[in-house]
Formats: sequence, structure tokens, C-alpha cells
Amino acid sequence: METVYSLKPLLAVLVSLVAVIFIVIPGQRPNVRESWTILAALAKFALVASMLPLVLQGKSPAITLFAISPGISLALRVDYLGIIFGLSASFLWVLTSFFSIGYVRGIPEHKQTRYFASFAICLSATMGIAFAANLLTLVIFYEILTIATYPLVLHRETPEAIFGGRKYLVYLLTGGVFLLFALAFTYQLSGTVDFQAGGILPAQVAKSSVIMLFTLFLLSFGVKSAIMPMHSWLPTAMVAPTPVSALLHAVAVVKAGVFGFARAIGFIIGPSVLHESGAAGFLAALTAATILVASLIALRQDNLKARLAYSTVGHLSYIVLGLALFSPSAWIGALLHIVNHAMMKITLFFCAGAIHVRTHCDSVSQLNGIGRQMPVTMAAFAIASIGLAGIPPVNGFISKWYLVQGSYDVGQMVFVITFLLSGLLNAGYLLSIVVRAFFAPSDKFTKFGEASPLMIVPLAITAILSLLLGLFPDRVPYFFQLASNVAQSVLGGGGL
Amino acid sequence: MSSLSVLILAPLLLFCFISALVGIWKLKWSYAAAVTGVALALAAAVAGLCRVLADGELRYFLGGWPPPFGIEYVLDHLSAFMVVIITFIGLIAVIYPPEAGLYHTPRRGIPAYGLLLLLIAGLSGVVVTGDLFNLFVFLEIYSLASYALITLGGDKAVVASFRYLILGTIAGSFYLLGVGFIYFSTGTLNMADAARLLPPLYGSPTIMAAVALIVVGMGIKLALFPLHVWLPDAHSYAPPVVAAILAAIQVEVAAYVIVRFMLTVFQPQYFIDVLPVTTVIGWVAAAGIIFGSVMAIAQKDFKRMLAYSTVAQVSYIGLGIGLANPLGLIGGLLHILNHAFMKSCLFLVAGGIRHQTGLHAIPQFAGLGRKMPLMMSAFTVAALSMVGVPPTAGFFSKWYLVLGGIEANNWAFVAVILASSLLTAVYFFRVIEKLFATPSSGDPAVEQAKEPPARILSPILILATGIIVLGLINALIVSYVLQPVVALLP
Amino acid sequence: MVVLDIFMSRYVYVLIIVLLAIGLYGMLGKRNLLKKLIGMNIFQTAIFLFFIEGAAKAGGSVPVIDEIIGMEAAQYINPLPHVLILTGIVVGISLTGVALAFLLVIYRAYKTLDDRAIMANMKEISE
Repeated sequence: METVYSLKPLLAVLVSLVAVIFIVIPGQRPNVRESWTILAALAKFALVASMLPLVLQGKSPAITLFAISPGISLALRVDYLGIIFGLSASFLWVLTSFFSIGYVRGIPEHKQTRYFASFAICLSATMGIAFAANLLTLVIFYEILTIATYPLVLHRETPEAIFGGRKYLVYLLTGGVFLLFALAFTYQLSGTVDFQAGGILPAQVAKSSVIMLFTLFLLSFGVKSAIMPMHSWLPTAMVAPTPVSALLHAVAVVKAGVFGFARAIGFIIGPSVLHESGAAGFLAALTAATILVASLIALRQDNLKARLAYSTVGHLSYIVLGLALFSPSAWIGALLHIVNHAMMKITLFFCAGAIHVRTHCDSVSQLNGIGRQMPVTMAAFAIASIGLAGIPPVNGFISKWYLVQGSYDVGQMVFVITFLLSGLLNAGYLLSIVVRAFFAPSDKFTKFGEASPLMIVPLAITAILSLLLGLFPDRVPYFFQLASNVAQSVLGGGGL
Repeated sequence: MSSLSVLILAPLLLFCFISALVGIWKLKWSYAAAVTGVALALAAAVAGLCRVLADGELRYFLGGWPPPFGIEYVLDHLSAFMVVIITFIGLIAVIYPPEAGLYHTPRRGIPAYGLLLLLIAGLSGVVVTGDLFNLFVFLEIYSLASYALITLGGDKAVVASFRYLILGTIAGSFYLLGVGFIYFSTGTLNMADAARLLPPLYGSPTIMAAVALIVVGMGIKLALFPLHVWLPDAHSYAPPVVAAILAAIQVEVAAYVIVRFMLTVFQPQYFIDVLPVTTVIGWVAAAGIIFGSVMAIAQKDFKRMLAYSTVAQVSYIGLGIGLANPLGLIGGLLHILNHAFMKSCLFLVAGGIRHQTGLHAIPQFAGLGRKMPLMMSAFTVAALSMVGVPPTAGFFSKWYLVLGGIEANNWAFVAVILASSLLTAVYFFRVIEKLFATPSSGDPAVEQAKEPPARILSPILILATGIIVLGLINALIVSYVLQPVVALLP
Repeated sequence: MVVLDIFMSRYVYVLIIVLLAIGLYGMLGKRNLLKKLIGMNIFQTAIFLFFIEGAAKAGGSVPVIDEIIGMEAAQYINPLPHVLILTGIVVGISLTGVALAFLLVIYRAYKTLDDRAIMANMKEISE
């Protein structure tokens, strides 16, 4: 890709950081404060979207800031992989902001200023991760994201929230420490930390070094990707308010983890080196196990958000499993799933939030017949559930198709079976809720009463988009093309 | 011949005298004199650093007597770096109002500011002198000043200061004995001259004993585990400004002395290969990091926690010395700078909390974050830097130390550095949780707390901003200032 | 015989080491704070003696230029260590003075100069 100098990546990162000042100052005037959040979200999305045409032409907007360590600069560069993540995160922030406003006013939540300010910092960090041009820049923003999400996890300040916050920090800071080690080790092995498609390790690197480096990346990115057994923080973090769970734990934080894996496997170690060392096989086995175990645990959860949390654990491993397979189709499936899963999962979380605000019900068993009161919400829930199970025409089917295709291409039937089995389990734990909502008899929810439009409109939009992305995967914003370009550059035409 | 090095010391000593005198009439004049003195010294220090970066070493012969007969003052990259840190933190500490910093405004006739200036003068003197015995003189100057200043903290502080006095004297005396051995073997007290005369004598037991004595002596002053026993009491009972200067600067000056001996007086190879000084320091420091962090977790008193944290943090510097490769030493030296800012900010926050609420035990801090948002945000920045979260400064010292550890293939040290980040996170996030996430317990001290006045808040905010700025510009500091220093290492 | 030889020619250094050991024992081993202070003084004095011994020369004269003896430096004992010791003595006196002032305050506050009793007292008073 050709590099083009542009200020836009930096502005995309900074716009919400600057907005924090304007969010904090009004403090007690909520409408002013909220409009700044919305403005920042829209501006950020506009900036990222404006870079899309350039990227599609093969040009990469980039800006190198200053040296942050002798020889390494703080640098941003928007390539195919980065824009996939950046576009989905920034778009979904716009919707989540509206949803957040409806949610926190519906409860009502306390300390809203801290809430919105933390959100803005988190999104700034997410853009930084998406557009980082080298591993050090990525690590810096990765750690900022951990710290910025902490106040959101312990927002409610109940003993459970404090405990959830502590567990969150323990897991993620430990991962961060391993990441620093991985970063330093990479620098020592290759003399550079710039991302390059196909890997930057020198050709004569020892196999033991590769395995050690990979293990370090696994212990760091794997925590945020919630690969078992490092997943336990995710269900516990569901004590956070639902919009936090929606954006951060279905879209931004966890996707930063799998994005990190994509960078580590595709742009640092290199898929061929990884396969030769045998580590890829280990990763594939680990993620496949995570998929199945998480789906089974999800079946047994009565708390709605806990069920969604374990579902997320499973789906994140879809993505990482795809990245571990040495096949273009698998990579395309994995990268598409970053977007598709985000779209569908955020719909589900939005629905959970709307249900909580309207009815204060948190358990699946309390949801009998809720479809009569909240048909729009449950319809959206249904669409997303169908997609997550991998059933056409929702977008989940597309990414799953490619993942299965990729597994078949490399001759690993066991993974084909894993994906298909997981689809069945998904249907089991998600569609059962839909069935319960619409067809179970109950005398509780008789009157029509949806949550406020601030919440309903976003979830309707994400549901419809999931459908549209499933029907027309090739159209705007060309995610399919972006994903194939990444797969091509990383796998270099090699693999099957 | 440039007189910049003495121009740093002169205003400090002159204004110490003036400040003590005018303090007999009015405290305000004493305070103003002190601030003027340190500000002038800082200006000279910065000018010195710029000249050194441009031209190289600056030397000054006191009284015009050339070495090796006279006493020489040298500003090179390392000493210019250190003296800027000393005078800057010194200025911030002196500006901090005495009602919060020294527990109460000193009565007329108590030359508290004079002593503070003497402390800063002694510390600066140790760093710029090029003469072995002159270093001892300045060492004792600042030690005496610090013993006296610690006692401003109350009765317990006097006991702590007495113990510090005994141990500090052992340290200074060991150093003096070591210098004696060197003098009687080479006939010179000038550092550069000794560097020339020592190599043929490297094998002699006298010189080896001298090195051992000097390192142990400085190790006591550095609070290197297990020679740290004086530090927790001294720093927790001393008034905040004194504790800030001691923790942020004094322990680092002791580290400077070891580095100076390693790089300038002796050749680095001697410390690394012939006598296993760096190996011993490295392993002892690794133990100190773990010990200090674990003890800090066990503390309930805020300042005591910070004191044990200092033991751990100073051991990072020791670890940097122990790694004995350029990246490791850069990490250690950068940590001198970063720790100075972080620790002084933390101690000044402790002073502010005590001034506003009278509280000093962590469990009582519940809910203070809401009442004093600005000061607590500054505290959070300093805490994040101690843990090592980018882009604050603390991350980068750890980055270089880890790089140094990997380069030396010393995986144990790397593991210690990484594990200590997590341990540090435990004791700092515990405080952050208490401040921000725990509902207040109804304690009237907390309920009525307000943000401290600007006079107390500004030094804290300056330091907190500095922590972030230092993190962002660390590449500049490393390339221009530190890399020439470590160029001597293999 | 060789050992006795060394001892006879270097006996001062042996005595200095003995004094250092006594001083260290006083500082670290004794419980009474005043005894610690005395130990400190002994320790410092031992170091001063070391310097003085190092400056001495067999047959050397007082370091004031004398026309009879001439300008040869080797005929005079080395005055530099004496200068160092003067500084050291001043430092020692100041330290002793400060320490005695501390002991006065401590005695008034705690009514004892016993190390252990004071530490126990301090721990009780603290939270």
C-alpha cells in the first residue's frame, strides 16, 4: 500500500480526547454535556469514513508524530485491517452514545459526567489501537484503554462492581505486563517494531524464540480476547452498565484483543513462521475448545447478560481460530466476523439494556411473553440471534461460511465440526429466548410499552444493518474487499 | 574554564545564610529568600545543561588551583542532568507552603528554610564536585541538614532521625575510609587524576576494599535492601516536603555516587568483571524490589506505604546499575528523573491531604476523590506512572530496563520488573479505589474537605503535568543526555 | 615470625580495626541510645587515626618548611590527611552535638533512652 501523509488519523484519535474537556466542564448541564459526546462521536465517524475511499484505492493515510524511544516513533497509519476495526468501532460509538443517553436517564445512573468522559477516552484509545503503525504505539493505546475502561466497570460502586473492577484490572494489567515483555522481545529479535504484512522477524530466528514470543502474545492479547482460561474477567465485568458492556465488551475492548492477535500473527510473527513452529496448531486447538466450552456454559446461564458474555467469549474465539488457520478464506471470515459479531452482539446488548430499563428484568426465566410488550426489541433480538447462529440471510452466516470454508481448505474437519456445532448451541441459547419471549404464556407483559426511542432506534438500526450486511456483503462499506486485501497481503498468496 | 558549576552552589549557600538570618524577623522573608536562592540555582543548572549539551564538559578550578592540587568542579552530561533534577524538585519543594509542607509554619528563629537550602546545596555539591573528599564534605552537609529537618515532624520523627543519624554516619564513615584507601594508594583526591592512576592498582586488595566500602556506604544511603532499615521510619515521620526531597532526590544522589565511581573513577569493566559489584547490586536490587513492593502492600499509613515504595523504586535504579549494559543503565538513570517527579508529587499530595483533613491512614480516605478532584487526579497520574502505564514517564523507565534485561539475557530480572508492576498496581489501585469508588463513611473530616488552595495545589499539578510531559519527550532525554553517559559501557 | 613482623610494623592498623569493631558494636549492638552515640564517636575516631597513621613517615618532621631540613617533601610528614581529618573532626562534633540535642528531646518525650522501650512506645501510639 502506498503511504500518504494525512492529519486525519491523528484527528480521529484526538477528537474525543479534546471532547473530554467539554464533557467535564458543563458537568451539571446534561444536555450540553451529551451534545458534546454526540458531536465527538459523529466527528470521529466522519473522519474515519472519509479515509475509506483512500484506503480502498490502495493508499494508506499516515502520520508520524515524534520519537517516543530512540529509533521508534509514535506513528499512525490506516491500512486495510485498521480501517475495518476503526470504522466499525466509531460507527457503533455513535449509536451507543444515543443508547447511553436513553439508558442512563432511564435508570437514572449516578456520576454521569465520569461515565461519558471515560467513554470518550476509551474510544480515543480504540482509534489509537486501530491505526497504530507500530507495536509500541499499539501497546501505549492498549494500556490507556485498560485504564480508561476501569472507571466504567466499577461505575455502580457496589461491592460487586468493586470486585468486578479489581478482577478486571488483575487480568488486564497482567496481560499488559506480558505485552510489554512481548514488545521488548520483538524489538530485540527484529530491531524494529513497525507492522509489516507477512511478519518482521528475521529469517533465521530460532524456533524456541518464536514459540516464546507467541506465548507472550497469547498471554497478553489472549486476555482481552477472553480465550479460556483467561476469560473469567468478561462475565464478571457485566456488572457494568449495559451500554458499557455493549460497546466495550462486545465491540471495543475485546475486539482490540483480537485485533492485536491479527497484528501479532499477520504483521509481527508472520503466518508461515507461526505455522512452522507449530504454535498455530496449539492456538487453534485452544480456541476451538473455548468455542465449545463457552457455548455450553452459555446454555446454563440464567442471567441474560451473563449468557451474552459467554456467547461473546465463544465468538471471539471464532475470530482467533480463523486467524490461526493458514487459509485466505479463514482470514476473510475472521475479519468479517470482527464487524459482524460486533453488529449482532451490540444489538443483543442494546435489547438487554432496553429490557432492564423498562422492566427491571435481568434473568431469562423472567422474560416469558415479553415479546408482547416489546415487540420491536425482541424482533431485533431475533434477527441478531439468527445471525449469531450462522443462519442466512443475516450477516453472521457470511463470516461463518468463510470460516468453515477456510477450515475445509486446510483439511481440518475438526474445526468445521466445531463451527457447525457451535452454531447449533448458539441457536439453543439465543433462539430459546426468542421463543420464550413470543410464544410462552404469561400474564406479566400484557401492555405494549417499549423503552424510549433513544434506545429503540439504535438497536433497530443495528439489527437492520446486520440484515443488510448479510444480504449485500459486497456493497458499502466494502468490508469484504477490505478483508480480502488483508488476507492477501498477510498470507502473500501462500496457504491454501 | 566555566564557573557555571559553582554558580549553582553559590546562590544556594548564600541564600541559606540570608534566609536563616532574615527568618529571625519574619518567616515570609525567609521563605522568599529561599525561593530566590533555589530559583537562581535552577537557572544556573539549566544553563549548565544547555552548555554541556552544546560544548561538552565544563570544569572549574576552585580558587584557581589546578588539579590535582586544587578542588575541581565538573559539569558533564551526568552531573548536569542530576543537578537540574535536584534544583527543580528543590524549587517545587521550597515553594510548597510551610503550613502543609512542614506540618506547621515554623516559629520565628527556627531556620527551617535555611536548612532546606543547605540540604539542596549539599545534594547539588555531591553531584558537581570532581574531588573525592569534597564529595564527603557535601555528603555530610546534606546529611546533617536532613537529620535536623526530619525532626520537624514531631517526637517520633526525632527517634527516627536519631537512628538515621547513626546509620548515616556509618555510611559516610565507610565512604571516608574508602577514600582514604584510594588516597594512600594513589596520592590523589581528584577523580579524574585517580582514574588515570588507578588501573595499575586494580588487583590490589586495598583498592578492592576501598570499592567495597564505598559501595556499601552508598548502599546504606541508597536504602538498598537489606541496608534500608532507616528509611521507612525516617520518611514516614518526616514532614511532607522533607520526605519529598529525601525520597525523590537524596536516595538518587547516593545512586549517582555509585554510578560516578563506576564510570569515571574506575573503568566500568572493573565493577563488572574484576569485582562483581554490579552483579551483587543487581541481585540485591531485585530482592529489594520484591521486598519493598510486598511491604508497601501491607501498610495502612499512606506515607509509610510511600516509604516502602521508595525502597522498591530505588531498587529499580540499582537494577539498572546491576544490568551494566547501556540500555539497562539508561533505564536506571531515566528512573532517577521519573522517580523524582513521581515520588515528590505523591508526598506533596500526602501533605495536602493531611493539611485539609488531618487524615493519614488509607482506610480513612474513603470518598475523598469527590471532594478534592484536582489533587486526586494528580495523584492518579503519579500512581499510574508508578505502575508503569503509558504514556506516563514510569512506563518508559521500565521499557528500557526490560530491554536491558533481555539484552543481558537475564530473564530473572525481567520477571522481577514485570511482577513488580503488578505488585505496585495492587497497593496504588487500592488507594484509588478508596478515593473514588468507596462511599464516604460519614467521617466529618472527609465530609468537610475541600480542594486545597492554589498555593498547595500548583506544585502538585506542575509535577503531575511534568510526569506526562517527561513520558512523551523521553526519547529526547535519552538521546541527548543519557546516551553520551552510557557510551563508556561495553 | 612473619606474622609477628607484620604485627609489629603495622600494629596501628590492627588497633584501628579493633576500635572500628568496638564502635560498630556500640552503634548496632547496644540498646541505650547514648551508648550508640558513644560508639559512633569511637568509630569516627578510629577513622581519624587511620588517616593520621597514613600520613606519618618514619623520621618525618612537622610539616612546616625548615631551612635546615630543606625543600624535599619526603622529609616532612604528609599534611593533607591532617587537613582531611580536621574537616572530619568538625563533622563529627556537629553530628555529636545534633545527636545530643535529639537525645534531650527524646528523653523528655519518652522518659527513657532505651531503644526497645522507645520503639514499643512508638508502635503503641501509632494507629
